[in-house]
Order: sequence, then structure tokens, then C-alpha cells
Amino acid sequence: MSFRTRWRKFVNVFMLSLTGLCALVTVSILFFILGYLLWYGGKSLNWAFFTHLPTPVGETGGGMANAIVGSGKLLLLASLVGVPVGILGGVYLAEFGGQTFSFVVRYTTDLLNGVPSIVMGIFAYTIIVLPMHHFSALAGGLALGVMMIPIAVRTTEESLRSVPGTLREGALALGTSKWKTVATVVMPAAMRGIVTGVMLTLARVAGETAPLLFTAFSNRFWSSGWNQPIASLPVMIYTYAIAPYDDWHRQAWAAGLVLLALVLVANIGARLLVSRGISFGKA
Amino acid sequence: MVKTTEESRSTARAPATTPAWPSDLKMRATGLDFYYGGRQALYSIGLQILTGRITALIGPSGCGKTTFLRILNRMYETVPHARPEGEVFLDGEDIFSLDVVGLRRRVGMVFQKPNPFPKSIFDNIAYGLRVNGMDRHSTLAEAVERSLRRAALWEEVKDQLHKSAYALSGGQQQRLCIARALAVEPEALLLDEPCSALDPIATAKIEELLFNLKDLCTMVIVTHNMQQAARVADYTGFFLMGRLIEFNKTAVIFKTPARKETEDYITGRFG
Ligand SMILES: Nc1ncnc2c1ncn2[C@@H]1O[C@H](COP(=O)(O)OP(=O)(O)OP(=O)(O)O)[C@@H](O)[C@H]1O
Ligand SMILES: [Mg+2]
Repeated sequence: MSFRTRWRKFVNVFMLSLTGLCALVTVSILFFILGYLLWYGGKSLNWAFFTHLPTPVGETGGGMANAIVGSGKLLLLASLVGVPVGILGGVYLAEFGGQTFSFVVRYTTDLLNGVPSIVMGIFAYTIIVLPMHHFSALAGGLALGVMMIPIAVRTTEESLRSVPGTLREGALALGTSKWKTVATVVMPAAMRGIVTGVMLTLARVAGETAPLLFTAFSNRFWSSGWNQPIASLPVMIYTYAIAPYDDWHRQAWAAGLVLLALVLVANIGARLLVSRGISFGKA
Repeated sequence: MVKTTEESRSTARAPATTPAWPSDLKMRATGLDFYYGGRQALYSIGLQILTGRITALIGPSGCGKTTFLRILNRMYETVPHARPEGEVFLDGEDIFSLDVVGLRRRVGMVFQKPNPFPKSIFDNIAYGLRVNGMDRHSTLAEAVERSLRRAALWEEVKDQLHKSAYALSGGQQQRLCIARALAVEPEALLLDEPCSALDPIATAKIEELLFNLKDLCTMVIVTHNMQQAARVADYTGFFLMGRLIEFNKTAVIFKTPARKETEDYITGRFG
């Protein structure tokens, strides 16, 4: 074997091993995190965690019932903002957009996606918290909702584009208006992708902490209504993890596990809901 | 007083529809050009489509058959920068000034590849009726059965109406698409190579059902299959490079064509 051949073979094997190694690292990081969460979080998880309020400093026990409900409320608010705007925006891009305006919208969406979450927080802080003079679930929900929009728009657009044009023509040729065609044929056919996209964005914002710190803030008690500071799992994790008490650290792990489980359950549930999979014909 | 206004109004309305529109004429194109952006695809087409007859359009690939067909129900509007020039009439009305949704309800279309919706067989057929605001189940069920019978598909699917349309074979799917188009009771039906993806048996079934539909609606069919045109069509038009070369009774086109290009094409010496 000439030197060149041997060198080529070496490079080949080396690069193959390197890519394999990096793939392995990716996978092991995930399992490492999962294992850690399950081990530490699982140990500290008990029924009280789901049903009790946090205890004052010094007392052990208690739970994060208010933060679990709080995260739920914040995500609901966020969805009310992010899902309709995101989906309808995506529909516009895929079905109705002209060339120039669509380009602008698409570009802006990508930029919006890149805006750091803390900046989103300042934004919500300035336009809601400052005028109202107090932190509120509303402000937190809005900050998270705005963060949902870009991914919801782009995944909706992609899913709609993957629906064959022949289906649209089939509906249009029956004397169906453009909007009805989109609403009754194209969107149902793309529903799987759209729901997956929405779940992705929800999962993403469910863990956001920075924008909540100065919008929803936190609350050691139940918050009544939407107009008060509200507890949420990510902010609780943050507060508890940096506190100097072992008991709080354990609770932070438990909260992390619950947050991950909630996201996973929501994700799997939504997928099952739309799993009567739609494929596009034979012929 | 009221009577006089009524009368004067009806006399005033009369000239709006062309007075001399023959009752046996369904559609007519005159001086029809068509452009995809800057590129001209059709040149001065003039053609008459007779009521209750089957008109076939033949010609080599790329000669503009599909383009012409998609003008008749204004489906070309889905293509950006596509633009017709000239006139097309449906029962004496200019199709370009009609409401496009209403026009497509009257002039249905069946595509080359079967394109059932990802819904049940029943919902596929009922679709056109539902978007037209009909939602009484008994009426829908009747209409679905009637349309499936007309498309010669009823016997094969009557026990599985709530199964996905994708579970059907290609030939069945195409008959489903025909049934779906028939459900809204169009006056005319445009078919763009409806059998090109089908085997000879499925093709024969569709040809037979087209023949039986003649009393119900006027049909225009694009086909690459000479025998098919000869078998089903009453009239045949031969297109070549965006021009309508010859148009006549099918028997005349196939036995004694007036133009040499037509003869070359149908005897297979060409494209
Ligand atoms: N969407 C389009 N944009 C630009 N040009 C087009 C478009 N569709 C068709 N054309 C052009 O118009 C001409 C006529 O095409 P058309 O599809 O009407 O032919 P056809 O007779 O139906 O051919 P075939 O038998 O292959 O279906 C062709 O030259 C084609 O390239
Ligand atoms: Mg064609």
C-alpha cells in the first residue's frame, strides 16, 4: 500500500470514529441529565410535593402545588397568544402570502426567534408590568406567548407546504373558496405537523425562566386571578437551587423532574391525539 | 305602477344574456390566447362545446391541452402570472366576469392523478355539498349514494363508506373523484387524462361511466389515448404547439382528417 492509500484510510477511519464519538456524546448527555433528574428528583418527590404550598424557610416538607398550577396557567395564557397568532401567521405564509411581504415576514420571524428570552422579558416588563405597577401572570404569559410565535409560524408553514397541491385543486375545483379549502382540507391534512410544532414551542417556553423573573415573578402562596404575581416551576427551581438549604435543593430537583414529565406527557398526549396518521395516497 | 317597473326591468335585463345563444351549446371559446408570464402557450383558440356531448382534446405532450382545459373553470388562476386573453362563454355568460367559486361549481374537474381528500369515502363525496351549506344527514346520504352509483362505484364501497378513501385502489379512487365532482351536480365536467394512471380494466370502467353520464352533463376530456378518444368522444379537437389545428366530429377526425398534421398524429407518424 502506498503512503497515500494508507493515509486516506487512516483519515477515513479517524473521521468516522470522531463523528460516532460526537453522536455518542450527544446521546449520553441526555441520558446523564435524565438519570440525574430521576435519581435526585425521584428521591425527593412525594405526594405532598403536588398538594402542598412551599413551607417557610427552616421548616422541612411542603410542596410546590402553586408552582405546578402556576406553570399551567402561564402556559395557557402563552398558548392563547402564541397558538392563534403562530398558526394563522403560518397559514398566511404558506397559503396567501405574496412574494415581498412573505419574505419580510419570514425574515422577521427568524429574527424574532433569535431574540434572547431575557430581552422578551424586559419587553413584557416595560409594556405591562411598569404601567400596572406590579408583576402579574398576564405579563409572564404574554412574554412566553410572544416567544412561541416564531416556531409556531414556521412549523405551521412547513406542514402546510407539505400538503400536495393536488388536494387544494381538488377542493377549489368543487367551488370552494380559498379560505374554506385551507380550513377544511389543507389544515386537517397538516394537523399532525401543526400540533407537533405547537407542542415543540410549548415545551420550549415551559422551561423558560429569564422572562418570568421580572414579569410573573413568583409567589409563595396561591395567586388568585391573572393579575397577581404567580409561581412557576422554572422560577422555583432557580430560587430553590441557589438557596443555601439542602431541603430546597432536593425540592429543586423534584421540580425539575415534574417539569420535564409535564412536557413529555403533553407531548406524547398530543401526538396520540393526532396519530391517526395522514399519508398522501398511493396512485 | 309596480307592474310597469317590473316589466321595464325585465325588458332592460333581456339583452344582458346573449340573445342568439343556441340551446345545444354549452361553452364557446373565441380568439383565446394564453400566457404563462411572458410565454405564450395558446394561440387564438376557437372551439365550441356542445351540450350533453363528450368532447376530446388530443395532441402531443406540451401542446396546451391541459392549459386550455384549466381555462374553462379558471383553475389557471392558481398559477401566478398566468393570463388569458380572449373570450370564453358558458351558456352565453362571459366566464371571466362570473364569480369564480360559482363558475367552478357549475364546471367541475377531474385530475390526472386521483386526489381524494384524506377523509372517509362518505366525507369525500359530501364535501362539495357541505361547503355549499347542505348538512342534513339524510339528504347528504342520498346524494352520496346517487353520486357513487353514477360513478359506478356504489356496489364496491357501499359497506365501507366510513373507511378512508386512501384504502381504495387507484381506479376506485379516480371513480371516487368523479363521484365527488358529480355530487355538486355540475353542468359540465372537465377531465384531464383521467385514465393515465390506470390499468385497462379500470380504464374501461371509467369510459363506460362517462358514456352513461352524457345525459347528465357535458364533458371535455383530455387524452393521450387515440382509441379512447375514438371510443368515447362525439367531437375531437387536435392541438399542436398551442394551436387548435382541427376540430370536428370524432369520426371525421379519425377517418378523414382535413389537415395533414392531424393525420400524421393519429396514425402515429408523429410526436
Ligand atoms: N405552470 C406553468 N408555468 C409555465 N409554463 C407552463 C406551465 N404549465 C404548462 N406550461 C407550458 O405550457 C405549455 C403547454 O402545457 P400543457 O400542460 O397545457 O400541455 P399538455 O398538452 O397538457 O401536455 P401533456 O400532454 O404533457 O399533459 C408547455 O409548453 C408547458 O411547458
Ligand atoms: Mg396535460
